[in-house]
Amino acid sequence: MAMKFSENADRMDVRYVAGLARMALSDEEAARLQGQLDDILAFVGELKTLDVSGVEATDVATEARNAWREDEPAAGLGRDTALANAPLARHGQFVVPKVIE
Amino acid sequence: MSDYIPSIGLEVHVQLKTRTKMFCACPAHEEGEPNTTVCPVCIGLPGALPVMNREAIRKTVKVGLMIGSRISLRSMFDRKNYFYPDMPKNYQITQQAAPLCIGGAVEIEAGGQRKTIRVNHIHQEEDAAKITHMETTSEIDFNRASTPLMELVTEPDMSSPDEAIAFLTALKEMLIYAGISDCNLELGHMRCDVNSSVRPSGTDKLGVKCEIKNMNTFKGIHRALEYELERQAETLRKGGTLVQETRRWDDEAGITLPMRSKEYAHDYRYFPEPDLPPVVLDAATVEAWRAELPELPAVRRARFVKDYGLPEYDAGVLTADKAISEYFEAAAKKSKNFKAVSNWVMGELLRALGEKGQGIADAKISPEALAALVALVDARTINMPAAKDVFQVLFENGGDPAAIVKEKGLAQVSDAGAIDGFAEQAIAANEKVAAEYRGGKEAALMFLVGQVMKLSRGKANPQLAADALRRKLGK
Ligand SMILES: [Zn+2]
Repeated sequence: MAMKFSENADRMDVRYVAGLARMALSDEEAARLQGQLDDILAFVGELKTLDVSGVEATDVATEARNAWREDEPAAGLGRDTALANAPLARHGQFVVPKVIE
Repeated sequence: MSDYIPSIGLEVHVQLKTRTKMFCACPAHEEGEPNTTVCPVCIGLPGALPVMNREAIRKTVKVGLMIGSRISLRSMFDRKNYFYPDMPKNYQITQQAAPLCIGGAVEIEAGGQRKTIRVNHIHQEEDAAKITHMETTSEIDFNRASTPLMELVTEPDMSSPDEAIAFLTALKEMLIYAGISDCNLELGHMRCDVNSSVRPSGTDKLGVKCEIKNMNTFKGIHRALEYELERQAETLRKGGTLVQETRRWDDEAGITLPMRSKEYAHDYRYFPEPDLPPVVLDAATVEAWRAELPELPAVRRARFVKDYGLPEYDAGVLTADKAISEYFEAAAKKSKNFKAVSNWVMGELLRALGEKGQGIADAKISPEALAALVALVDARTINMPAAKDVFQVLFENGGDPAAIVKEKGLAQVSDAGAIDGFAEQAIAANEKVAAEYRGGKEAALMFLVGQVMKLSRGKANPQLAADALRRKLGK
């Protein structure tokens, strides 16, 4: 399947993206959202006109580093609590419609 | 397959041996009842926040250090988005843009040839839940979800199934040596995606790549590759074309099959994981982790050859298992006869362990006792058959070999008078054989030595017995 969008493409196909997100769109919704998506991308695209040659690239907006912990176990939820909100449970397992592959 | 040249690359997923999971404090590697080691993070409840397991990062970095990777002092986690119930938050936390370890190489030996297999990178990620497919539903157990995984991706540098297995074997040995993973394939500690392509010989450009997903036995990987490489070559020979695709191995049928093509399967929409800040390591920490690395199998092998004068073969057998190599070395340090120690470890000890289904840790015979046993043989205090009896006692009960020799009366008879007596008896009882020997039949002597051994109930020194017989038979 060919990619319908990359960082460099000007346009993002709303039906393709909706497909990735497992969303069904009516024709009317698709048309409306495509317009909005185009507007958003155009707006963000304005950033490209800025001269950032003197700015260091950044990928996070926080100063936080290393959200880590030592390797010490702690008690979790317990099975009954974990399964309490499951629409369907059996044999202590979460049950979902059959998926293959 | 001389008309086509195969290229094989591997993506190896290894479960790290940690006490807890990658992003939560639930116990990892629990094989108990389903969904008993779970929490909001690993079942993907909305709003739950991941917190990294520092030990997992340390272990992955150590693998990078072992294979000569460049360690990223700053790395990042990304989200790999996909929809499948084994990952209910709809993304896997992994590393794509900035992995922990970049580059590196593993030395392998296949078919008597040494070769360097380049590693592209190693990244850190989390395992998925386990799905069991039933008649009309699928059942999900999250105990495995978020188990720390490292994924090591090689360059397509292997050119035969044997080389692929040699690579995996070398990697597995290394990971076990350094305590990174138990690498128990039956428990799914090591799983592999196998990429392969073929190109006409005499050309350089890699052919169309096929990926075989989720292989979990070395034997399966070897068979799948043999089949797949031949399938690709045969398709091209017949003038067909190959498409880049994902296939699965049907072990029973012995063939690979295309997987039902998942639409959008390769568009994971990676983006930086906003819930985890960057992983920043300082050089001093990385160097401290480097200092913890054990001597690697290949290095130890070479050292055994050099320091103990062992044949390559012995060094290979002894170092294939870290505990065995340490046992050997402990015994060798107490001995003067390294080759004899090696023979006992490779022979009697491994045989006895194999028969009992035990590991070296269970062996009651201490390395010191084995060294002492070798010394008793070298001093001719006991002969080889007696030594094997003593070994058996040591193996089952432990103890001191000299004490066992004394208690069982196994010491060799080296007293010339006694051996002369046995020799005379043997000749008297076997005049015909003695005459044959005198007539020039050299082999007859061995029979008489056997008789002396019998008369001494196995305790005569065979060398002295042969000397005594020769003397008495006038030669
Ligand atoms: Zn958890």
